Amino acid sequence: MNPSGHSWRRTPLHDVHAALGASFTGFAGWSMPVRYSSEIAEHKAVRSAAGLFDLCHMGELELTGREAGAALDFALVGRPSKLGVGRARYSMICAEDGGILDDLVVYRLAEERFLVVANAANVLVVRDALNERVSGFDAEVRDASDDWGLLAVQGPISAAIVSEVTDLDVSALRYYAIDEAVLAGAAVLLARTGYTGEDGFEVYCRPEDAETVWSALIEAGTQRGLVPAGLACRDTLRLEAGMPLYGQELSRQVTPFEAGLGRVVALDKDGGFVGDAALAARHNAGTRQTLVGLVSAGRRSPRAGYPVLDPSTGMRIGRVTSGAPSPTLGHPIAMAYVAVGRDEPGTRLAIDIRGAAEDVEVVALPFYRCSR
Amino acid sequence: MNVPAQLRFTAEHEWLDIEGDCATVGITAFAAEALGDVVYVDLPAVGSSVAAGEACGEIESTKSVSELYAPADGDVVEVNQAVVDDPGLLNLDPFGKGWLFRMRVANIPALHDAAAYKSLTGGE
Repeated sequence: MNPSGHSWRRTPLHDVHAALGASFTGFAGWSMPVRYSSEIAEHKAVRSAAGLFDLCHMGELELTGREAGAALDFALVGRPSKLGVGRARYSMICAEDGGILDDLVVYRLAEERFLVVANAANVLVVRDALNERVSGFDAEVRDASDDWGLLAVQGPISAAIVSEVTDLDVSALRYYAIDEAVLAGAAVLLARTGYTGEDGFEVYCRPEDAETVWSALIEAGTQRGLVPAGLACRDTLRLEAGMPLYGQELSRQVTPFEAGLGRVVALDKDGGFVGDAALAARHNAGTRQTLVGLVSAGRRSPRAGYPVLDPSTGMRIGRVTSGAPSPTLGHPIAMAYVAVGRDEPGTRLAIDIRGAAEDVEVVALPFYRCSR
Repeated sequence: MNVPAQLRFTAEHEWLDIEGDCATVGITAFAAEALGDVVYVDLPAVGSSVAAGEACGEIESTKSVSELYAPADGDVVEVNQAVVDDPGLLNLDPFGKGWLFRMRVANIPALHDAAAYKSLTGGE
């Protein structure tokens, strides 16, 4: 694997990362900065000050038209038609059998215009599903991924940093809200969203403005402790915050109910939606496995794919989906699917860590909550 | 990438500093960089016998875990307690303070020199 090679797509900020000495990794077809120096230092900077992320690989799909809201209600598990203009919601798109195709953030930019942000690896799946699902509605889907660059500023001082470089009254922008703004002279969409468990902003800009926006934020933030932050710390940050990652916790094989995200499914929507029958059945029957948090007092960390065991019988009762030594907490943390009945906080379980059983305890998610 | 010329290398990204029948063993800067921040190092016990190519320890980073392979047949005579206590030394100084263990080698296996190792890792 050579992520700096020609077969990987590069974001508009690739040269900026290279100049900063970033290590690159291949991710969903993109060459992305995995770290600039130390991912633990970057992680801690996001928790204590701020980090700047390049998320230009994410996919942006635009839905427009008189029935755009109704079309999304049919296509997704949530109810985007009820979103106020300028508000955002976490949602999912499921297959007919209830399996998760992707998790999404949906922004309502105008009465008849929505922005649906998909994981880079799933853009084509989401685009094709949306196209198919909106066909009966007065609405149109456009893959706008090449029209948008995306940067995220995350951390407790991000509001102070962003307010220095934009005309918008940042304090008036609520959590999960979005607004048009001018940032360093560039027209952007500024959203108070993120994937780190901290206060923060996501900046949607034109790709050709990405470098200007990046530089302005670095200039405004460096003195205060803002650092460029790579994908490695993004993963440990979201894990501490108990946020699922598609391909790890979320997949075609699970429904939102197993993932503990049943709250995003609006089963009582008028007119139904794709996957409603299967999801209602799963909801009524109950799930057989559920996503839990696990902590360990040991040093070796559970990792994705490791078996979860009953500590007394050694019988396999689940599997780890993500695990890492938590930089904030100082001990290993993991998320895992375990059999229902073994999912109560305080339950003692074990993980098969490369042949040796390591004791773990079920805890409520998230592992870390910021003091907002 | 800086690769000290006096060292010898395995394809598993370990380095050996050989003096007589004794070798100091570590992992290369290339390997440390690929692992990311190392948070846990598990080393073979002093006095244990290891066989070339056999897993004899683990190096765990925030992102991943990788096995440490014995680069030669022999006996472990010393381990670097400093790197066990502060695994970050592996990232800071992989060819120096981040050394892992010393072993008495029964025979010197075929190893890469610095130039060959550099070309193995993309010549950077």
